[in-house]
Amino acid sequence: MKLVQAVIKPFKLDDVRDALAQVGVEGLTVTEGKGYGRQKGHTEVYRGAEYEVDLLPKTLLEVVVRDDQLDTVVATISETAQTGKIGDGKIFVYDVEQVIRIRTGEEGEAAV
Amino acid sequence: MADELDSGDTAWILASTALVLFMTLPGLALFYGGLVRTKNVLSVLMQCLALTALMTLLWLDFGYTLAFGTEGMVAGEVNLNSFVGSLDKMFLAGVGTDALAGTIPEILFFIFQCTFAVITPALMIGAFAERMKFSAVLLFSALWLFVVYVPICHMTWGGDGGLFWDWGVIDLAGGIVVHITAGVSALVAAIVIGPRKGYPDTPMPPHNLTMCVTGTGMLWVGWYGFNGGSGLAANGAAAMSITVTHVSASTAALTWMFIEWFKHGKPSVLGIATGAIAGLAAVTPAAGVVGPMGGFCIGLASGTICFLASTTLKTRMGYDDSLDVFGVHGVGGFVGTVLAGVFGASAFGGLVDDMAIGSQVGTQLLAALITAGWAAGAGFVLLKITDAIVGLRVDEEAESKGLDLSEHEERGYIL
Repeated sequence: MKLVQAVIKPFKLDDVRDALAQVGVEGLTVTEGKGYGRQKGHTEVYRGAEYEVDLLPKTLLEVVVRDDQLDTVVATISETAQTGKIGDGKIFVYDVEQVIRIRTGEEGEAAV
Repeated sequence: MADELDSGDTAWILASTALVLFMTLPGLALFYGGLVRTKNVLSVLMQCLALTALMTLLWLDFGYTLAFGTEGMVAGEVNLNSFVGSLDKMFLAGVGTDALAGTIPEILFFIFQCTFAVITPALMIGAFAERMKFSAVLLFSALWLFVVYVPICHMTWGGDGGLFWDWGVIDLAGGIVVHITAGVSALVAAIVIGPRKGYPDTPMPPHNLTMCVTGTGMLWVGWYGFNGGSGLAANGAAAMSITVTHVSASTAALTWMFIEWFKHGKPSVLGIATGAIAGLAAVTPAAGVVGPMGGFCIGLASGTICFLASTTLKTRMGYDDSLDVFGVHGVGGFVGTVLAGVFGASAFGGLVDDMAIGSQVGTQLLAALITAGWAAGAGFVLLKITDAIVGLRVDEEAESKGLDLSEHEERGYIL
């Protein structure tokens, strides 16, 4: 089992969620966050004074999938969240040792 | 002056009084409240509220009589009462429901003028926002009302025998009395108290521009009473005052917006809002004498000059006039006071037939400069006195923590 963690542009969330539902992903966790990559942030101007804003709004999406779903899920996120412009985000993949469904006590892939 | 009450005039000034109070509470409070950082929003709202209450009581006891008491004034003669009023109306002595000021009850004139005495010190808090002790704000503002506002008000609006009045200075609603006094003293306060910790290297953007725009709208609406009521009558002149006020605000708002659009690539919301205020401040002295084209030209001039003062001049000089009180009100008031001497002339669509533009501009300029000098010098001394008694500035830790918690033990937002 793998944990797929993706940092994406907030306005892409709905598209990614719909696409993941279509490839059989049944649940995910979303966190609103801030961050920046190589492009850094942007400049805001208030009454002529310029401020550098490094931290841009980002959405952190986390989903645990079976090993056989991994490639599809990663490809789906990657394709759907892409705008081609700077700041599209990144996908991280981690190994997951165990998953337990709290309601039923199911473990492993049955609980994903 | 007529000695009969006119219910139309009275009704309009009753409404205008409410409009002018609406400028401070809630207009200015929201405008300034949005401009400061989250940790200081309550401190600014508190200062607007507290100054409203404090100035009202000071106006009631000695303020009104020292500003508008006419005993001892002789037309064309310069004596002590050319500079300050008499004490015969202390605590509103003799001002009952029957006393008249022109065609309106004098008690109404008192409360209408009270709202001006409220907003003028409140304008200044923008210059030392986020760092001045609350006790110092109260003490300095109270002293300032008597030493700066009251004499300039008396000299300009006190009637025959008042210094500026006798000179023929044009100042309908307070380009000199309100905006230059507050703007210049505010600049001095910003310099004496010093910049905010971290200024100008740390970003200090406004925490809530939605509040600013809401406040701007309220100020704009309130200005109808400010300028439209200052003729103390419900007539064509009042309608013209409101019209030129609206034209000037609209022109200055667009001027500021287009300059920023051109310079920074985007038309900023704060820019158009600030431009509107600059246009309103500038047309204030002139709104009794100029026509619509005068309002347009004053808007164009103030939108440009106040923009330069609030951005280029401020950056070059390095002072931290935090919310641009000097740049917008001081400079705007100055521009309008001088231009009233130009666009008041009938040759420029104004309402004064026999105005000699050159000498009127000279008179306007002289009164503006004397006022600026007094507001600067007396303001400086009052700041030093305040510093000696209660101290001007909160300590470094309190400033970092924010004035909401350090001065009032409350927070604006609990989210």
